[in-house]
Amino acid sequence: MKSPVGVPPEAGQEAGQTVAELLRAVERIGVEVAGPAAADVDARGRFPQESIAALKEARVLSAAVPRALGGAGANPVELATQCVALGQHCASSAMILAMHHIQVASIAQHCGGSPELEAYLRRVVDEQRLIASVTSEVGPSGDMRQSVACVTQVDGGFTLSKRATTISYGAYAEDLLITARRDPEAAPSNQVLVLVLGGDFSLEEPGTWDTLGMRGTCSAGARVEAKGQAWQVLPEPFAGIATTTMVPLSHVVWGACWLGIATDAAGKARAVVRSKARAQPGVAPAAARRLSGLMTKLQLLRSEVFLAARDYSDLLARGDLEGLASLSFVLRLNNLKLSASQLTVEVVSEALFACGIGSYMNKSPFSLSRQLRDAYSAPLMINNDRIHETNASILSVFKGE
Amino acid sequence: MDASEINQKVRQVIAEHAQLPADLPPLEDQTNLYEVGMASRASVNMMLALESVFEIEFPDSMLNRAVFESIAAISEAVEELLG
Repeated sequence: MKSPVGVPPEAGQEAGQTVAELLRAVERIGVEVAGPAAADVDARGRFPQESIAALKEARVLSAAVPRALGGAGANPVELATQCVALGQHCASSAMILAMHHIQVASIAQHCGGSPELEAYLRRVVDEQRLIASVTSEVGPSGDMRQSVACVTQVDGGFTLSKRATTISYGAYAEDLLITARRDPEAAPSNQVLVLVLGGDFSLEEPGTWDTLGMRGTCSAGARVEAKGQAWQVLPEPFAGIATTTMVPLSHVVWGACWLGIATDAAGKARAVVRSKARAQPGVAPAAARRLSGLMTKLQLLRSEVFLAARDYSDLLARGDLEGLASLSFVLRLNNLKLSASQLTVEVVSEALFACGIGSYMNKSPFSLSRQLRDAYSAPLMINNDRIHETNASILSVFKGE
Repeated sequence: MDASEINQKVRQVIAEHAQLPADLPPLEDQTNLYEVGMASRASVNMMLALESVFEIEFPDSMLNRAVFESIAAISEAVEELLG
């Protein structure tokens, strides 16, 4: 099993749980904890405390920490597999896990051998610290790759103030990973990624998160007031971190969460069709035709998510930085985001038809209300229209496939 | 086209398309354009303008950050393509 940074566990060093053990734990937590709580999490728009506590107890939050540092060294395919497993039971829990894995991988792959950052990753293993991302910002561009906020050097460290439009589970995270300009004079695109530890930040003027779906991610915006020490500014510019880790891994694990939602909806449709078929053996129920159509799309979705995850895992394992930074890979991952989000909405929508009126009723065991509302976040979190614009721009200079 | 002419034309394209902040000091040949504020989208516009001005096509292998990060790097790539 390769770690994301390709570092094998050193001889005599104790590795954490295996990736397979963690996956079994996530599957169990989905069935026993996240699933039973999902309706309440959704209805009250509350943080899925019990799911995340169970994931911590099972030591899932260090899945992406390299084995050399005591983690499981899970690669993108393996992280995606966890998200699919959890997403079938509670999409909010799965999305929180996905975002946390992205933060851990961003530190692990770009810590540049910093002893302090490596020691921090060991703390993630030992203490199962949940890390939230602060990349969004109130400002003119709405572009993650441009910041208004900046790191300001003070005696022995830095301060940082940032007005974020959304911070998923920010109020429940131990630590934050924040994008900002390198210093007060730096251009908007001259960004760094900054780790801020619990006790060193506060979330001021928090907004609300009363949304159609993904209600348990509790992604209210806030003004972050933070401080820290110099080692907490990751050594590599954010541009490289975004290109090789944050953006591609986001598209892969988000796609996996959505695949979980679609699989959940398809599962209900399959149960309804089986039940109708049993009622009249020999007569194919009308819903079966609908089921066949949505299963075709579900297979496309699964293939797209896991093929992209495998391509990404292979590039990482080979250390192919040129491939990771290439425009063809940017297009590849953007297209994953576009097709996975669209297919998810389509599969859940068609599952409504296959299930019939029962799926339209909120209290029915076949209700698809939460799945449909959660699914609609997919084309909107990073708006697909914006990604099409980016692709259109790239395609004006890119000549290859 | 000699090297200084290429350098001048590259500077002209950057001035028109890189969308850098107005208050920048004059660019050195080695100044990192991304660090002084060139966004990804502006860099694509710059690539298109360079292809038009020099009547060249950047192969996909050249379409990466390193090739477009400074006047020196861009000029070198253009010289290579012009042969």
